[in-house]
Amino acid sequence: MVEMVALNATDRIQDDLLLRSCIQCGDCSGVCPLGYLMDFPPSKIIADIRSETYARVTKGDSVWMCIACSACTTVCPMQIPVTLNVMSRTKEELVLAGNVPPELQAALENSQRYGNPEGESPRKRADWIKGITPAIPVFGREKRSADILWFVGDYASFHPRVQQVTRAFARLLQLLKVDFAILGVDEVSDGDSQRLAGERGLFEYLAEKNSRSFGKYSFNKIITTDPHAFNGMKTEYPKLGYSYPVQHYTEFLVEHLDQLKPMLCKEVKAKVTYHDPCYLGRVNKIYDAPRTLLAAIPGLTMVEMPHTRQNSLCCGGGGGGMWLDGFQWNKGHARVSEWRVGEAARTGASLLVVACPYETPRFEDAVKTTGRVEQLAVKDIIELLVDAI
Amino acid sequence: MNQDIYVLVEQFKGKVTDMAFMALAQAKELAAASGGKVVGVLLGHNVAGLAKDLAAGKVLVYDDPALADFTWDAYLKVLAGLIQAEMPRLVLLGETTIGADTASGLSARLGLPQVGSCTRIEAAGGAFNYTSQVCGGKLLAQGVLPDGSVLVTLVPGAFKPEQGKSAIPAQVVAMVTPALEGLRVKLSHYIEPEGGDVDICKENVLVSVGRGVQNQDNLEMAQELADALGAVVSGSRPVTDQGWLATSRLVGKSGKSVHPKVYLALGISGAPEHTEAITGSEMIIAVNTDPVAPIFNLAKYGAVVDMLDLLPVLTDQVRQAKGG
Amino acid sequence: MKIAVPTQLVPDLVEELVVDASGSYLDPSTVRWVLNEFDDYAIEQAILLKERKGGQVTVLTQGLDGADDALFAAAAKGADRLIKLNGDFETGVKIHALARQYLPVLKALAPDLILTGVQTHLNLDGTLGPILAESLGMPYVGYVSGVTLGDGKVTVIKEYPGGLRAEMEVSLPAVLGIQSSDTPPRYVPISKIRQVMKTSKVDEEDCGDMDESGSVLVDNLLVPESSEKAEMIEGDVDAVAARLVEILKEQGVL
Repeated sequence: MVEMVALNATDRIQDDLLLRSCIQCGDCSGVCPLGYLMDFPPSKIIADIRSETYARVTKGDSVWMCIACSACTTVCPMQIPVTLNVMSRTKEELVLAGNVPPELQAALENSQRYGNPEGESPRKRADWIKGITPAIPVFGREKRSADILWFVGDYASFHPRVQQVTRAFARLLQLLKVDFAILGVDEVSDGDSQRLAGERGLFEYLAEKNSRSFGKYSFNKIITTDPHAFNGMKTEYPKLGYSYPVQHYTEFLVEHLDQLKPMLCKEVKAKVTYHDPCYLGRVNKIYDAPRTLLAAIPGLTMVEMPHTRQNSLCCGGGGGGMWLDGFQWNKGHARVSEWRVGEAARTGASLLVVACPYETPRFEDAVKTTGRVEQLAVKDIIELLVDAI
Repeated sequence: MNQDIYVLVEQFKGKVTDMAFMALAQAKELAAASGGKVVGVLLGHNVAGLAKDLAAGKVLVYDDPALADFTWDAYLKVLAGLIQAEMPRLVLLGETTIGADTASGLSARLGLPQVGSCTRIEAAGGAFNYTSQVCGGKLLAQGVLPDGSVLVTLVPGAFKPEQGKSAIPAQVVAMVTPALEGLRVKLSHYIEPEGGDVDICKENVLVSVGRGVQNQDNLEMAQELADALGAVVSGSRPVTDQGWLATSRLVGKSGKSVHPKVYLALGISGAPEHTEAITGSEMIIAVNTDPVAPIFNLAKYGAVVDMLDLLPVLTDQVRQAKGG
Repeated sequence: MKIAVPTQLVPDLVEELVVDASGSYLDPSTVRWVLNEFDDYAIEQAILLKERKGGQVTVLTQGLDGADDALFAAAAKGADRLIKLNGDFETGVKIHALARQYLPVLKALAPDLILTGVQTHLNLDGTLGPILAESLGMPYVGYVSGVTLGDGKVTVIKEYPGGLRAEMEVSLPAVLGIQSSDTPPRYVPISKIRQVMKTSKVDEEDCGDMDESGSVLVDNLLVPESSEKAEMIEGDVDAVAARLVEILKEQGVL
C-alpha cells in the first residue's frame, strides 16, 4: 500500500500511484449498481484524474449516487481500492467545497453535534434498555470492567424497528450468560459511514471520542451488531492508534454455538433467504458464520439469491446512502433496496434475513413500496434465533 | 398615564389583517376590566374607510402617503410620538412581519417593556396576567405584565377575528401626521408569489407534511394520498425551505393561513409559526412519532405512528373506501 | 464593507426542556446551548456578501457552553473576527440586557451592516435586531430573505405572509433581521473547523454588571396541558388508517 503524502486532497488523488495501474477495463463502472446513473462512474473518474480534468468531476454531484458497497473494489483486476481511493476521496473534495446534498449535510451536522446522524438527543442513547430485566449492565463509575463491550450503534440505539433487534440481542447475551456491558450515553457513532461519505475529520473526531470512552474501562473484546461499526473498529480505528479486538455478532455467536444450539428447540418453519451485508461479506469476507447460525435453527430452509456472497446486492445504505435517499431518487427513480427485495421474493422465500441495522428498515421500506407486504417479511438473524428459543 | 388599551390596527395592501381584529378582540376584553377604552391606531394612506368595522371606542387615523406601506422610520416616528404623549396602559400589536419589527423598536426608543409571543392576556384584580408560547410551543410562560405602559405582541389562538369586529362604527379621529422626511427605508415594489399553482386556501382537505417526511422522495406518498382523497399537498417551512414543495404550498406565518374542513398534519410538530396559520381549520388530525408534539394540543384527533408507515396504508384504505 | 453578526445561543429543543425548581426558568444544568437557527442564516448571508464584495465579518455571541463551537464554525466558513461576551446569560430572558452588552462592542466595531437572526424561540421580551437598531440609531428591516449591497445602501427582500415579498431599499448603516440567506448555510467539515481552531482566536469581552431593566418576569414556565388535547387513536398503522377513514367519512370529505 502506497504511503499517502500529506499534500492537498487533489494533489493526493492525482499522485495516487495505484490509480496509475488502472487499465480502464470498466469492470468497476459495470458492476456498480448505480453506475449507470453517474455522470462519472468509477472508471471515468480515474480517467479524468489521469488526464487532469478532475475538476469537472468535483464540480458535479453524481458521486453522491455511490453507496460504498465495494463491488467495484472487489472486481478490480488491478486491486485498486476504488471505493476509498476514488469514490470517497471525491466525496471528500465535494464536502470541502460544500457541495453536499441537504439530507447528508443534516446527518453530518447531527453527527458532529449529537454524536448520531439521526439528530437524537445523546442523553437518550441508552433509553432502549428501559424496562428490560435483568437490567442491561452499563459501564460507568460503578462498573469498570466486563468480558465483552457491546458497541450498540446509532440505528440500533434509536431506530424503533432496529431497537427490536437490539433488545433481542440483549436477550441472547443474557441467555448465554455473557459478561457484557454497554457504554450507554458515552457511546457515539462509530463514524465509518461518515468517513466513506467524505468526512474523514468527523470520523476521526468520533473515533477519538469512542476510544476515550473505551480507555476508561477494561474488557477483552468489542462485539457489535453493526457491520459498519465492525469495519470501522477493525480496520480504521487501529490506523488512528485505537486498536481493540472486535467481532461482529455472527462470529461471536458461532463461537458460542455449542452453548446456543441446544437452546434452539422451537421450530421456525420458513423458507428464508440471506442477504450478505456489504461490510460483513464483501468487505470483511464473513460469509459462513451467518449461514452457520441459520443452519442451526430447526425448521428453516435456506435458499440463496442469484447475487450472493461477494456478489451480494447492496441495500443502498452505505457511504452516506442512508442519508441520500431523496437525492438518489431524484436522480434516477431507482432504489437498489427494491431490486434486492424483488430478488428475494423471486426465490420463493417468505423471509429476507439480514445482519445489519441499516438493512431491516431499508428492506422493510422497499417491501412496502413494492407492494410485497403479504409476500415477504424482513428479520435479522438475531430475531430468528430468539424466535427459535 | 391612562388606562386605555391601544391596538396597532395593522393594514396591509388596503385591508385590515385578521391578526389586527384578533388584537382588538383581546383589547375589548381588557378594556372592560381596566375601565379604559379600546383605541385603534391606523396608519396608511386613504385608509379612513377601514375604520368602519373595528371594535374600538375610538380610532386614531394617521393618513399620509409616506405611511401607505410599512417602513421603519415612518411608523416608529408616528407611533413613538403618540405613545409618548398618551402613555396608554397597553399597546397591542400582532407579532407579524410588521408588528414584531415595530414593537421592539418602540420598546427601545421609549424605554418601555415588551412581552412577546403572547397568546392571551387576562385581567385579574387590577393586574394583567399574560400567557406566552416559547420554545417552539413546547412551553408556556406565564406572569404578570409590569405596571406602567407596556407593549405586547400577540400571536393568534385565543380570539377569532369576528370578535374584533363591530357593527357600531367607532369614533374616527383624523390625526396630524408629523413630518416624515429623511426616511432611511423605502419600499420599491411588491413581488407577487409565483402563480399558476393551486390555491391551498381554497381546498377542503389538505395533506400537510412537515419535517417527518424526511426527504423529497417520500412526498410522492403524500401526493398519492392527496390524489386518493381529492386533496392537495401543503407543507410547513422545513419542507418548502428545502425546495421540496413550492412556496405557494407553505402553511404558516410567512406562508398562507388556511381553513379547510380537514387539515391532516403529518410529521408536523406544531411550532407556533405554523399552528397560527391553521387555527381556522374545522378539524385538525395530527400524526407524529413524538407523543408530546405540541400539535396534539391543537388537533381533534391524533396518532403516534410514523407518517411514512401510515401513508401507503391509509392511501390504500381510502382507495378501497371510494372504490368499494 | 464591515459586517457584524451579533447572535444568540438558545436552548436546543432536541433535548428535553426541564424547568428548574423555582418553576420560572429552564434548569441551566440541563440546557444544551446551540446557535439560534436564524443566526445561522445571518452568518451565511454575511459570508456570502463578503465573498461577493469583500470586507470583514465579525461574529459575536454570548459566552455560554457551545459558544466556541458556534464561533469556530463561523470562522471556518469565512468569518474574520470572533467575539464572546462573558456574563451571566444562563438564566432569565433578557434581550434588553443582551442588547446593552452588545452595544459598546458594536459601536467600537463601527460596522456598515449588522445582520442578526430575525427571531429566536425565546422572544419573550422582544427581538434583538430592532432593539440594537434603535440603540445604534440605525434603521431596521426584519424578515429579510435576500440582501444585495449597493452604494451606501442595501436592497433587501422582506417577506410577507402568503408568499408575498417586498423589495426595499435601506440606507447604511443598517440592521437587518434575517429570515433566510440567499443559499442555505453551507456545510463545514470538521477538518476545516479544527484547522481554524489553531489559527483563529476568540476575543472575549467582559460584561460588567448586567442592566436587566426591561426584562420580563416569568412566574411560571410550564408544559402546556391543553384541556382540549387530541383524542388519540391507538393501535398500529392499520388500525389508525381504518379509524381515520371513518373520521374522514364523518367529516363528509370521503
